[in-house]
Amino acid sequence: MRRGPKETAEGARRLSRRAVLLGTAQMGVVAILGGRMATMQVEQADEFRMLAEENRINLGLIPPARGLIYDINGVVLADNEQHYTITMTREGAGDVDEVLARLSRLVAIDPEQLEKAREELRVRSSFVPVTVAERVSWEDISRVTVNAPALPGVVAELGRSRHYPQGPDMAHVVGYVGPVSDYDLSRIEDQDPLLQIPRFQIGKTMVENNLEQDLRGSAGTKRVEVNAAGRVMRELDRVEGLPGSDVQLTVDARLQNYIQARLSGESAAAIVLDVTNGDIKGIGSAPSYDPNLFVQGISVALWDELNEREVDPKLHRRPLAAKTVQGTYPPGSTFKMVTALAALEDGVVNADETVRCVGHSDVFDVRFHCWKRSGHGNMNLNESLKQSCDVYYYDISQRVGIDKIAAMGRKLGLGERHDLPMSAVRSGLMPDKAWKREARGEDWRVGDTVNASIGQGYVATSPLQLAVMTARIATGNAVKPRLVKSIGGVEQPSGAGESLGLNENNLRRIRRAMFDVSNNSRGTAYRSRIAEERFKMAGKTGTSQVRAIVRDENGRVITRNEDLPWNARDHALYVAYAPADNPKYAVAVVVEHGGGGSVAAAPIARDVLLQALYEGTPPLEAYPAAVRGTIANQQRQMEAMLRDIQPGRDTDQA
Amino acid sequence: MSYLEYQVKYVPSGFRKLMYLNWPVVFLITAVSGFGFLMLYSVAGGSMDPWVTAQSQRFGLGLVVMMVMALIPIWFWRNMALVAYVVALLLLVAVEFVGVERNGSQRWIDLGPMDLQPSELMKISLVMLLAAYYDWLPLNKVSKPLWIIIPLIFIAAPAYLVLSQPDLGTTILLVTGGGAIMFLAGVHWAYFATVIGAGIALVTAVFQSRGTAWQILKDYQYRRIDTFIDPTQDPLGAGYHITQAKIALGSGGWTGRGFMQGTQSRLNFLPEKHTDFIFTTLAEEFGFLGAFGLLILYALIIIFCVMSAVTNKDRFASLVTMGVAVTFFLFFAVNMAMVMGLAPVVGVPLPLVSYGGSAMLVLMVAFGLVQSAHVHKPR
Repeated sequence: MRRGPKETAEGARRLSRRAVLLGTAQMGVVAILGGRMATMQVEQADEFRMLAEENRINLGLIPPARGLIYDINGVVLADNEQHYTITMTREGAGDVDEVLARLSRLVAIDPEQLEKAREELRVRSSFVPVTVAERVSWEDISRVTVNAPALPGVVAELGRSRHYPQGPDMAHVVGYVGPVSDYDLSRIEDQDPLLQIPRFQIGKTMVENNLEQDLRGSAGTKRVEVNAAGRVMRELDRVEGLPGSDVQLTVDARLQNYIQARLSGESAAAIVLDVTNGDIKGIGSAPSYDPNLFVQGISVALWDELNEREVDPKLHRRPLAAKTVQGTYPPGSTFKMVTALAALEDGVVNADETVRCVGHSDVFDVRFHCWKRSGHGNMNLNESLKQSCDVYYYDISQRVGIDKIAAMGRKLGLGERHDLPMSAVRSGLMPDKAWKREARGEDWRVGDTVNASIGQGYVATSPLQLAVMTARIATGNAVKPRLVKSIGGVEQPSGAGESLGLNENNLRRIRRAMFDVSNNSRGTAYRSRIAEERFKMAGKTGTSQVRAIVRDENGRVITRNEDLPWNARDHALYVAYAPADNPKYAVAVVVEHGGGGSVAAAPIARDVLLQALYEGTPPLEAYPAAVRGTIANQQRQMEAMLRDIQPGRDTDQA
Repeated sequence: MSYLEYQVKYVPSGFRKLMYLNWPVVFLITAVSGFGFLMLYSVAGGSMDPWVTAQSQRFGLGLVVMMVMALIPIWFWRNMALVAYVVALLLLVAVEFVGVERNGSQRWIDLGPMDLQPSELMKISLVMLLAAYYDWLPLNKVSKPLWIIIPLIFIAAPAYLVLSQPDLGTTILLVTGGGAIMFLAGVHWAYFATVIGAGIALVTAVFQSRGTAWQILKDYQYRRIDTFIDPTQDPLGAGYHITQAKIALGSGGWTGRGFMQGTQSRLNFLPEKHTDFIFTTLAEEFGFLGAFGLLILYALIIIFCVMSAVTNKDRFASLVTMGVAVTFFLFFAVNMAMVMGLAPVVGVPLPLVSYGGSAMLVLMVAFGLVQSAHVHKPR
């Protein structure tokens, strides 16, 4: 189509005009784009840079190694064992169910745990590794590693878990750790981010729980760069945490092992105290349990068994209870030293004056019996303790009054919650007039004093308190029990204690009487004496009633313990110290429903003391000739139950 | 109305034509492609493979094609316009039946060694046809309704086919590019006002049709529009890409995080980082200076094209040059607006920088036309 020059020029002009217009508009858009760039990259750069850093950097916690627990000789009581754990992340796995299915074809995983892991994977953030299997064998780990490409998000990790090499022996002292639970988190005011790590192990009871802050250490942190899929590309930096402090206990694992073995079969407690510094050398409670069972979370069935769900409550032996500090018992005749000492210190009673025991004593219109129905005859202080005459104490306690007796009891450590890093330590009860008015809203009666004078009625003591009482009588000092020798190498204060300010003559008379209890042929514990001259024992038996009078089907009063049902039998108690002339160890033994203290408790106390004094199995010569045959037999039987515990490294130099 | 109708004082011939190339445009194209090679090297984690080698070979091939086209007189290309358009249209129809489907859209024809994307061909063919049409059409008929309908059909036919693939990005490019040529050719203002009004009506219709049986777009396209309006609605789902792209871009700052140091791209937070989102990597690693620098290069290409078109008295040459410039502009403007969160994610590559064979070759062919127009302009 032809057109003239004029039209051509007009078309070109219009085109140029519009081309410039369009070009200008385009430059306008370019300017908008450039402006947007400037806004984002210059003005908001810091904001976006931060978002980019948030994208790529994950902060991870490095759990510290938990402090170890040693006995006095460096024997390991709580250890960190290495083991393999299989963990998995949701974001890594993608299809969680598929990967779990593949994994369980390779490795045998407990279905219960698998279900737990599945739930955790659903609930937790997608990048949090969730434990799928624990304590995995090396073979299984190899199989997982070889098949890694088919198992996205699955990682085999070297983990640490708590192990208690002493098993049940130390359960009641060291306690155990377990995975931190929601309950724990709700209960404790602790902002430590470590607690947010799933299945982080914290102390649940006893030393593990009470010294948690020392044992735990502090978390390290590592910053890692992750890609969009959450995979860790590299570690940017890491700040190592502080491992927990090692703790050394005063307990001697070998002695403890012996105590647990000696107590086995009974529901009993025994505690050995070094009277010179208050160190607890042995603190056994039977029956016991294996704390290792708790570390990974205990099964419901086992938990029920330990709580004796299926057992008649009357026959409960409470394996989970540390009876040394958690059990309280009427001290029975072991309390007579307190009454006697209170009377002597007060001066209302002279050690040589006598009280006539006719087998009973009438207080107003109530008749209180002596354990010996026929009566002891004329009793002075020494004879009354030696033969454990009750009437003597009925008499003198009325002259001294309960408040002075209670004051003496407290002076000797009764009714006091001794400060030990153990759980649920009981304070027992040292009653007086004020207490009864306060707690019961009733006035104290003379009969209450009479009951208390022989450690019955309201008086309640733990085996630990009885041991402290014995140690204080033996030394005259305010001995305080000490369970922890050092934390992180720092020696804890000694429990030797200041003088109690008691009259030395009075103490000597009490000690002499306690010596006679064990070494005079008329003493209640004479049969359980120590023959070895260097290690002669001074002690006091106790038999505390746990019930009112029981009658048989014919209505007759049952007096023989063997005839009673187990839970109605008397508690057997014995407190002692040795060597008598230069006290080293105090011991207290309580055998629940064991019958008479002289029969059930004293022999245990003797064996335990000898074990402590000889630092191992004593020779038969240490025993009176008459019982050597029986003892030899007993030692043979126990041999199988004792483990060979070698002293470990010296933790002071560690 | 063509070249021969002018008083031609001097016509270069043979290889002397190369001296009359629009060399600034050649250099700018090469510089932009160089940027592309750098970024492809970076997103491959510091490797020539899999992208840089292939891309540079195609660029080399494209450069040769551009030169050869530049040597061929512009009227030849005008005469070829209708043929090119018909071939491209037929291929677009063919794609409907024998096309290869990828990522939910059917755009490619498998040609053995390489895949052909007919919609890419159409971008250039449409520009050529419309330029030729308005070159042929007497000026006084340009704004007559009958003569408006014809180019509209030229535009609408391929646009419909491309939209049904579906490929929203190319559709927008075709329609806008075609409209731009009509505007340049001198179509009356009133038509554009009408079209813009109709466009608004169409957008309304698109949204109104949502969820009904006669829904115009696919669901994923609706969702992209939603996340454009508010990407924070679904930061880990549909809005994730654009959010991550903005973070990458913004975190570049003034000078960027350094070559191959961009954490967003290196750690795979960015999607499609070697194709549609490559600009974010560039912005992250070279910062505002790098990103703005590239924008300036693009702007200069446009400016040189506009200058060439304005000084060219040949109507076809001028229209083709402007058409190519507008198409090129739409490419990078839509892509940048998209990754900066100013426009919906429609899948438009960054011209000469994004990895992609068809797009690179078609662009070089387009610049071949620009060069041919420039070389053969009446002097």
